[in-house]
Amino acid sequence: MAYNRRNEYWSSRIGVILAVAGSAVGLGNFLRFPGLAAQYGSGAFMIAYFISLILLGIPICWIEWTLGRYAGRFGYHSSPGIFCVLVRHPFGKYIGVLGILIPLVIFMYYVYIEAWCLGYATFMFTRKLELGNDIKEYVKFWSSFVGADSDGLAFSKTHNQAVLFLGLVFALNFYFIYKGLVRGIEAFCKYAVPILMLLGILVLIRVLTLGTPDPNRPELNVNNALGFMWNPGNVWAQLKNPQLWLAAAGQIFFSLSVGFGVVITYASYLRQDDDVVLSGLSASSANEFCEVALGGMITVPAAYLFFGAAGIVGQGTFSLGFNVLPMVFSKMPAGYFFGGLFFLLLFLAAITSSLSMLQPGIAFLEEGLGLNRRQSTALLGLITGLGTLFVVYFSKDLKALDTLDFWVGTVCIYIMASILAITYGWILGIDKAWQETHRGAEMRIPAFFKLIIKYVTPSYLITIFALFVVFKVVGWNPQTGQIAPTPYVQDLISNNGSPVARLSATLIIVVALFLTILVATAGRRWNKITR
Amino acid sequence: MTLSGWIIMIISVGFVTGLFLWCMFRVLAYKPPTNKLHGIDDIDTQDTDE
Repeated sequence: MAYNRRNEYWSSRIGVILAVAGSAVGLGNFLRFPGLAAQYGSGAFMIAYFISLILLGIPICWIEWTLGRYAGRFGYHSSPGIFCVLVRHPFGKYIGVLGILIPLVIFMYYVYIEAWCLGYATFMFTRKLELGNDIKEYVKFWSSFVGADSDGLAFSKTHNQAVLFLGLVFALNFYFIYKGLVRGIEAFCKYAVPILMLLGILVLIRVLTLGTPDPNRPELNVNNALGFMWNPGNVWAQLKNPQLWLAAAGQIFFSLSVGFGVVITYASYLRQDDDVVLSGLSASSANEFCEVALGGMITVPAAYLFFGAAGIVGQGTFSLGFNVLPMVFSKMPAGYFFGGLFFLLLFLAAITSSLSMLQPGIAFLEEGLGLNRRQSTALLGLITGLGTLFVVYFSKDLKALDTLDFWVGTVCIYIMASILAITYGWILGIDKAWQETHRGAEMRIPAFFKLIIKYVTPSYLITIFALFVVFKVVGWNPQTGQIAPTPYVQDLISNNGSPVARLSATLIIVVALFLTILVATAGRRWNKITR
Repeated sequence: MTLSGWIIMIISVGFVTGLFLWCMFRVLAYKPPTNKLHGIDDIDTQDTDE
């Protein structure tokens, strides 16, 4: 079973914790979470959020850390190799295809969003985003920047700034990946994660000291802004809403980057007696600190201070981040500076995440196909580069990006996380897995978590996935009882569906088939080596 | 902001901040056990003669 290859390890414990935390902290912490908390009424939302953290988020983190380190002992670092060890069946490696497909496809569009963040940070510092008091100007600027008005617009001579930033960001990602796990990812995250936290604290202090920015509207003050974010509504009535549970559990789930295939790969580079219990909890707590204590206190309160509730309600993640917030910062004293810091923070959060999405692919190409670092970096750059060009070209209404995010960045992640939870509790066996988790552990997990991980986590996960399918795929309306497939499904199956959405679905299938062929090739190679 | 809003904010922000600081303290304060290398003086032969 053991596959003898040169093993690579993290150089320090804080390095791996910050790398995993960097992978988890992303745009969702600062843009998606505050919007959801305000939308569902913070009291009820936070109850569902913390229950999901304890029953879903932290257990799956421990599961991924444990399974990754366990398989790493046998010399495997890629998801197919890891599942080969865990399932102990030739078919096992094909389950691992998801663990490469998910980060690879997410990287294809995530790197574009990362480029927007760097672009907006530059525009903020150079005061190019001071576009006046009309939100339409900011919407127009953003649409033009990302090419959302028509396909291919991002490549035209007048709209190509986003592509320039994309080129820079893409090169940066592959530079750090080429440098390797310790000298690239770990070294970068050791600085980037503390810096992004520091930037978050600076921006937070600015927001909380704004007082009453407009004396003509005294109701728009910090106290009321925090109240808009944190005042609970009718908690018990809201807790009966299944959509709230779906939103809270989904936020925990996506925020912690569980089920991506990233944490399991990172953990495979631990030594066999390295702690996973405290390290996993530390990485999760770093993500929660950024999300609740920074994200929850900055974005929505800042927007409320200048626009009131009307400027926030119904805003999506991109709209809040790239339309509303630039205008908020442009109205704030020294806003260009603090706005620049905020978008720099988003850029750092995004690049530490995108780097983690490349490592599973690199690990697979190296151990599966026997490529060296230069070859694997070049091949991965080619695959992700083509995918990113597809996303950037089909930029109208960000349709390609949105379709890939829904089917891979959401649906596939639920499936992968469910597989991981079942593998830990039922295939490896809860007793063996529990013992494995506590190997070298610096603290013990309370015993009741054994039952939670075996029964509650998989059941909760499958229930949330079922709710997701019912509400977001099938489109069941609980009020009317009617079923109307959501736009994501309509785009694919209806006669007047979206050709771009269909092309995006085809891209996912082609990449999945290509990876499956590579995994089959890797399997034959592993059999020869271990025979 | 209402009293219940303050309570929810303080509990939520306090919990995640406290957990994060506690974890970081535990991680940074941890000293890995070092293997003691024994020198010739550490060897006790139980020989009491001379």
